[in-house]
Amino acid sequence: MTAPPEASARTYPFNNPAGLDLDPLYAQLRATEPLSRVRLPYGEEAWLATRYEDVKFILGDPRFGRAAVIGRDEPRTHPRQQDSGLLTMDPPNHTRLRKLVAKAFTNRRVETLRPRVTEIADGLLRDMKDLGDRGDLVEGFATPLPIMVICELLGVPFTDRHNFQVWSEAIISTTSLPLETIMEYMGALHAYMAGLVAQRREQETDDLIGALVRARDEDNDRLTEQEMVELLAGLLAAGHETTVTQIPNFVYVLLTNPGKWRELVADPTLIPNAVEELMRYVPLGTAAAFARYASEDTELGGVLVKAGEPVLGSLGSANRDERFFKDPDTLIFTRETNPHIGFGHGPHHCVGAQLARLELQVALGALTRNLPDLELAVPADEVPWKTGMLVRGLKELPVRW
Amino acid sequence: MVGPQSGPQWRVTVDPSRCIGSGLCAASAPRHFTLQGPYATAVGDLMEPDEEISDAAECCPTEAITVEEL
Ligand code: HEM
Ligand code: SF4
Repeated sequence: MTAPPEASARTYPFNNPAGLDLDPLYAQLRATEPLSRVRLPYGEEAWLATRYEDVKFILGDPRFGRAAVIGRDEPRTHPRQQDSGLLTMDPPNHTRLRKLVAKAFTNRRVETLRPRVTEIADGLLRDMKDLGDRGDLVEGFATPLPIMVICELLGVPFTDRHNFQVWSEAIISTTSLPLETIMEYMGALHAYMAGLVAQRREQETDDLIGALVRARDEDNDRLTEQEMVELLAGLLAAGHETTVTQIPNFVYVLLTNPGKWRELVADPTLIPNAVEELMRYVPLGTAAAFARYASEDTELGGVLVKAGEPVLGSLGSANRDERFFKDPDTLIFTRETNPHIGFGHGPHHCVGAQLARLELQVALGALTRNLPDLELAVPADEVPWKTGMLVRGLKELPVRW
Repeated sequence: MVGPQSGPQWRVTVDPSRCIGSGLCAASAPRHFTLQGPYATAVGDLMEPDEEISDAAECCPTEAITVEEL
């Protein structure tokens, strides 16, 4: 039995939003207090799970769910509480909705996009090289690549990106935007998507919006109009905000860990494993999010979680758990197996995981091939970080080649 | 409900060479799939047809689940 949790809840999140470090308190909690009490800027107090085994358990066990969040004051870092969408549902309702889009994101379907994604990536780097011997990798490469890909997959005109990129920030903003602006942007994103849906009713298309519209019109009870619009808007936002952030994070980590960039340049066959290792190593989130609610009393991490209590699971901490990973704080591209949970686990396991993997692999492949001598153009501690977001990432990544 | 012998049966298998252990099937159809270790397995070979099984198969990110109607 581990020590009982501290009487008063700790203030959460622990991580500094600037940078990609995992706060040392996580290692301490994993060792001495695997389930602890935390208080977030908004919502009720919660348990925080930090060990791999416990985090995976709350994500995958049917006794812990997300649907119970409706009507509760969810522990969260952002003012707006999500009240609809895949992440507020449990199986079987969740599975029924998710299967409508899941097929478009299986690894077989995603793999067919590889040549096109490679072509986009090489083209963007060619444009950057044409402009000189230095530039900002966020703007020139990491932002347009995933946005072009998700636009083509869904059937959203890339030329509208300046609008929906602004609106999408509403979905991952914590404090970077005031609540009224968040609500306004969400409304604008939904209205925009409703417009694209209406176009598909005039003229059929084979993109994902077209496929969903057909599925809904053939069988009305599967999906309400609002569910469909929200699902698509969620995919558009999630489909680019995360990968847009993760590509520069990966490059930053590779360039600031001695020898790691060169290792991939010398042997590009390491890239798929490197992507998995970077997914494990980079604690993307500022905080653990999307607490799971217990439906019955459950013993976990040495404490009794009572029915109705919320538990947050830190993916970043789980992925550095020394009980599970050997040398967890070292980047090792040759791990035999790497069952990290950077894309989550269980029913909500990232629907875009296979697409994100493909984009990350293609991005690192194109960068190492086209810009083998890549290096930071400013000292590592001078690169600017975004703050006030659910995910941590760079405002700019100034590099030269 | 149809009795165990009366209706058609489904043969449900998980291909371990494709499964990435996402835990999706075991969490959304816990009576039919388990995840112990890195790969999921079907609980028993033959199953009563159930939408929960086909929904999980359709959600599997690597199409590792095969449902065969017998
Ligand atoms: C590197 C990029 C990405 C990372 C690190 C990431 C991470 C995650 C994680 C950790 C979850 C689970 C959250 C939880 O269970 O609490 C998740 C869910 C989700 N992701 Fe991703 N994601 C990425 C890219 C994408 C892409 C490209 C898409 C869209 C095409 C996407 C769409 C979604 C959706 C819709 C969910 C909710 C799934 C559900 O509730 O069933 N993600 N993602
Ligand atoms: S859903 Fe597919 S990949 Fe995930 S555990 Fe089940 S069989 Fe494996």
